[in-house]
Amino acid sequence: MQLSRPARIALRAAAGLGFAFIYVPLALVLVNSFNRDRSASWPPSGLTLHWWSVARENEGARAALWVSVKAGLGATAIALVLGTLIAFAVARHRFFGRDTVSFVVVLPIALPGIVTGIALNSAFSTVLEPLGVGLGMFTVIVGHATFCIVVVFNNVVARLRRTSGTYEEAAMDLGADTFRVFVDVTFPLVRSALLAGGLLAFALSFDEIVVTTFTAGPGIQTLPIWIFDNMTRPRQAPVVNVVAAVLVLLSVIPIYAAQRLSADTATSSRI
Amino acid sequence: MTSLPQTAGRSPVRRLAGTLHRRPRLRLSLLLTAPLLWLAVLYLGSLAVLFVSAFWTTNSFTSEVVKVWSADNFHQLLTTPVYRQVILRSVGVALAVTLLCAVIAFPVAFYTARIAKPERRPLLVVAILTPLWASYLVKVYAWRLILSQDGLADWALKPLGLSGPGYGLTAAVIALTYLWLPYMILPIHTALEQLPANLLDASADLGARAGRTFRSVVLPMVLPSVAAGSVFTFSLSLGDYITVQIVGGKTQLIGNVVYSNIELNLPMAAALGTVPVVVIVVYLLAMRRTGALSSL
Repeated sequence: MQLSRPARIALRAAAGLGFAFIYVPLALVLVNSFNRDRSASWPPSGLTLHWWSVARENEGARAALWVSVKAGLGATAIALVLGTLIAFAVARHRFFGRDTVSFVVVLPIALPGIVTGIALNSAFSTVLEPLGVGLGMFTVIVGHATFCIVVVFNNVVARLRRTSGTYEEAAMDLGADTFRVFVDVTFPLVRSALLAGGLLAFALSFDEIVVTTFTAGPGIQTLPIWIFDNMTRPRQAPVVNVVAAVLVLLSVIPIYAAQRLSADTATSSRI
Repeated sequence: MTSLPQTAGRSPVRRLAGTLHRRPRLRLSLLLTAPLLWLAVLYLGSLAVLFVSAFWTTNSFTSEVVKVWSADNFHQLLTTPVYRQVILRSVGVALAVTLLCAVIAFPVAFYTARIAKPERRPLLVVAILTPLWASYLVKVYAWRLILSQDGLADWALKPLGLSGPGYGLTAAVIALTYLWLPYMILPIHTALEQLPANLLDASADLGARAGRTFRSVVLPMVLPSVAAGSVFTFSLSLGDYITVQIVGGKTQLIGNVVYSNIELNLPMAAALGTVPVVVIVVYLLAMRRTGALSSL
């Protein structure tokens, strides 16, 4: 389409505004972590590194970070196993109800978090509490794994659909048994999809707050819950600012990793 | 394909591999048992119990759940003015967020897909994706900072004699738009990138100016992608309650009403929880007619 010069300039300007809308809030979070004041009034009266060293010593934030990492690793491990199993079943077999299976996998992330949250909460309290298992790390991991399965499944199933079964058949013709084929042929084929899926699952779990609210007992505080609880406390504002800035900086890691992994698996499936 | 006689039965592992290979049904059931137990029993089971409990009631003195079948909760839901207002407001917010996302996303996507130099486009896509990886809470917190008293919004609008909207319904709409915008930009970008250039040339050869080409060629071809993006922006906004708690001031959306009912009246919370689910399903069905879901 031959756009007139003014139209091009207008579109460029609108796109520039759009990118400013996307990045100004993130930049503000970074700058605000150096803010000398406790209030967020703009412009800040002065900049300091003081709150970064205060935040580093903050026990609550550090404990919450550790809880989040543990929950994320647990949920990712379960999601990797279950998501891969379903992906193999759906991509390599034909069976009654195959479409239903792919639909049910997506459901936990498609429904509002609060619905999933209260459903799991009442199930845990009616089934687990009589057994003496209260809400805690275990239930958080179970809840997170439930909605993390889909990202692993999406990545692995996409990879399996693109690689037909011919490599496996060739290996079998050469005398390899089912397990040998998996170790030497299938696994290397899906390895990067597993990495991308695992990365997404961890990021999803690390960031989750709604399902966590309903599946964590009183003793468990993940990093998002810590931020949420401390966000409205003026005394804690500087530490929250630093934690928020750290999280913005950390989001570069998955971006970089996703670029290193093959682009098709990583970019299309953030959800 | 067949195992050779001299290797068959040599070791138990090898025998098991042979059995698995010969019996695909067994292989399939081994693959599916664990994940289906998890998803069907644990997840769908919990959901089913929740929706059944929407038909129970609560003893108003003790807050104990009374397991007697009744449609009272749904009757209340449809007749109580407060609930009706909240439902309408939530749907309105979700639609407003979707519209705002589409309006902001279009020029951005048009620039990244068709105006920017081709070698810079991959980098621009990364720039659109980056905020998706930043924490949800941090992004809402950023808007809490921007919209706070004497914050960035007030400062920027002061020269114009205006002030920022503060915390409230507007703030919630802005923050939700911010959160879900990339989900709208990406599908539009993809659609615009795949738009064949010769269609645009043909339109120009037939005498259409840019505006006419946009209306008659570009828009019809991009609309399914807007619908695909809107599935995310709409359903994610409708279910949200955290953002409203952080920047919404006293605003109440469905999620907040569900949340405030959980402790005292779980059956009512469950009944309220069905509302976003039903609305989202209706929205999905409507969008499926546009062919949007196949381009997800």
